[in-house]
Amino acid sequence: MAEHIIPKRTYYIIFATLMVCTYLTWQVAYFDLGPLNTIAALGIAVFKAVLVVLFFMHVRYSTRLTWAVVAGGLFWLMILLALTFSDYLTRGWLRTA
Amino acid sequence: MPDGHGAIAHHPALAHQFDDLGQQKEAATLGMWAFLITEILFFGGMFLLYSVYRSMYPAAFAAASHEMIVWAGTLNTCVLITSSLTMALAVHAAQTDNRRLLVLFLVATMALGTVFLGVKAFEYYTEFSEHHLPGPGFHFGEEAYAKQAQIFFSLYFMMTGLHALHMIIGLGVMTVMLWMSLRGRITPEYYTPIEVSGLYWHFVDIVWIFLFPLLYLIGRHLHG
Repeated sequence: MAEHIIPKRTYYIIFATLMVCTYLTWQVAYFDLGPLNTIAALGIAVFKAVLVVLFFMHVRYSTRLTWAVVAGGLFWLMILLALTFSDYLTRGWLRTA
Repeated sequence: MPDGHGAIAHHPALAHQFDDLGQQKEAATLGMWAFLITEILFFGGMFLLYSVYRSMYPAAFAAASHEMIVWAGTLNTCVLITSSLTMALAVHAAQTDNRRLLVLFLVATMALGTVFLGVKAFEYYTEFSEHHLPGPGFHFGEEAYAKQAQIFFSLYFMMTGLHALHMIIGLGVMTVMLWMSLRGRITPEYYTPIEVSGLYWHFVDIVWIFLFPLLYLIGRHLHG
């Protein structure tokens, strides 16, 4: 397997992007956007996490086997969240009596 | 016993069950990811618990979150992201055989990790002083929310406490990495320990990337 050395420049660009995103997530919290506040906060956090995983953790340059394992882990997390929320977040929907 | 490698000398770090260092590194990386997935699900359970309670008591969670020291959380986010950069640069230094920079970046990563824990300790001290530690001494300004705010603070101390524990373990791992680097055990052919410890360090950073907005920033717009 050939070694892939990621140039320092890539790390600096990712770092700068993460810092800008931190500033954004902090500033956007002071505006009342209704439910969009949570969506914006989580959206930015997911974007930052993806950058860290792909570049700092080198998954972008890893083998398909690593990709499959990482994706499988996230899929399992999604099952955990989706099945639990399908119960708790829908309890008020059928309040008939 | 013939081993098929003839006169080619084995790298001292190559374990006998692997064909070469590349295969060994791949196996180590995969093993680390398998561990990190158990960690994702471990923290995932707590994020799930947080989400369910927050959906039940949104107003109390917003009021309790407002008590967080936002500047400390923001500062710590920047500190951790910077430590992830120095960790990534440490891997780069190992790959390019620059031992002096490798040691420097490992020390920088550890220093930033210590700063993070220091700020966290200051926050805990402030919250203890304000009686925000759940239990019989718990006190919350808005009486109507007191019981539900206690749930928020229980989750806050549990999640940030476990995150801080991971940081402390990370500092221990980095101490071993520093020792290995100083002993000259890390080379461009074999820097797997640095790479794999880096994966752990970045993972702990990602947990904080989610903890920061969820604990410090919800309902921030309600009170200005």
